[in-house]
Amino acid sequence: MTTTELPAIKGVGTQATRLYGVLALIALGWVLVGGLFFTPEDVVQGDAVRIMYVHVPTAWTAYLAFIVTGVASACWLLGKKHSMGFDRVAGASAEVGVAFMALTLISGSLWGRITWGTFWVWDPRLTTTAFLFVTYLGYLAVRGLGGSPHQRARRSSVVALLAVLEIPLVHFSVVLWRSLHQEASVLSPDGDIKMDGIMLFTLLFGVFGFSVLFAWLVSHRQRIMAMHDAQRASALEVAMADRLQEASS
Amino acid sequence: MSVSRIARAVAVKDLRIELRSRIVTNQVLPFSGLVMVMFAFALDSDDVLQDVAGGLVWLATIFSLFILVQRSFAIEVSDGALDSLRVAGVDPQGIFLGKSISLFVQLIALEVVLFLTAVVLYRVNLGGSGLVLLVTCVVSATAGLAFVGTLYGGLTAGARGRETLLPLLLLPVVAPVLISATRATEAAFTSNGVTVSEGWPWVAVLAVFAAVFGLGGLLSFGSLIEE
Repeated sequence: MTTTELPAIKGVGTQATRLYGVLALIALGWVLVGGLFFTPEDVVQGDAVRIMYVHVPTAWTAYLAFIVTGVASACWLLGKKHSMGFDRVAGASAEVGVAFMALTLISGSLWGRITWGTFWVWDPRLTTTAFLFVTYLGYLAVRGLGGSPHQRARRSSVVALLAVLEIPLVHFSVVLWRSLHQEASVLSPDGDIKMDGIMLFTLLFGVFGFSVLFAWLVSHRQRIMAMHDAQRASALEVAMADRLQEASS
Repeated sequence: MSVSRIARAVAVKDLRIELRSRIVTNQVLPFSGLVMVMFAFALDSDDVLQDVAGGLVWLATIFSLFILVQRSFAIEVSDGALDSLRVAGVDPQGIFLGKSISLFVQLIALEVVLFLTAVVLYRVNLGGSGLVLLVTCVVSATAGLAFVGTLYGGLTAGARGRETLLPLLLLPVVAPVLISATRATEAAFTSNGVTVSEGWPWVAVLAVFAAVFGLGGLLSFGSLIEE
């Protein structure tokens, strides 16, 4: 029997997000068609090279997302006003980043199985990526701890900045570990690939498409978070208004 | 009160509680000893055990770290002790240092026992120069673990599901400690044909880790517990 209701909201799209959405659709449509049909097979890798058109852009986008999370967290923590917008962008970006990193790890290990004959090698870059993934899963878990939006923002921004401290240390120690312990892998992940024009074009289009998709997802997600926070904040008022009405009726 | 006096007071209080409750001696120590025995069951070969002894000791230490960190903050959260400290205007840097020191002391005590167990059960060799390396490695690795443990313990203190969240947050962060301390310990034990001198660069990594998280903790601990 709610009497005070939130204003009806039709959606979280705006002119700008619609533009991103269309751009992302076009770019990803090209990647799909170009990647599967127009681009040639690789001399060494054969059809497996087509995984690259998804793998590289998702990896790039995930790194971009984590950078955005770090910068937005720093802006929240250091800003005088502690604007909640920064916190929501940080959170939304981390969510998208974790999803894309998962895609990167999955597509990469599928590619590795075909090309290297194994799903996983303890290469420094792979290991660091896996740690990055787990670290941001932890970050999302911290965001889910509950408490007020302000508490959430404070905790999670500190965790995001600690992650920025931690990642170079993890990377450095993993590089040192591998370099002392094992000769370079049979095939380095970035083995010399002479790239055909159309392949490079499709790859760059993929990077562009996934970056726009990232912007589209983050702007929607952070607006949904804003609505969620607003709804939680108004829950108390709604409940009080209900009780008042009960008492007076 | 100055930060160092607060730190000493907090550390002494924590250690006194641990000494009286005997949780560390009666539960955590036997647990980590058991883990060492279980490793021996799982690996079932003297040669393998000798080679991987360093890694096993540090894994057992990190498992015990989770328990110790949870204990360390359970005593602060129950009865609202942490809130009282904050309301009393106690400098959070002092609390951070004090809790890190008490964690450090407990971890060192634990590691001494674990290394003795390794010498006895896993038959590792430990020479004079190896011992110097080992002691330096243990001190710097433990300082790093204590700082990180206190930092993330403070973060998850009082939160729902902290028992499960803490390992998820801590494990990726302590990975550099596990890698570096294991390599340095291997060198100290001269297992796998590694010479003692090869261990020193790893001790440098451990020292950097401890310095980074010690500083990070001092700067951020206040905003983590202030709510």
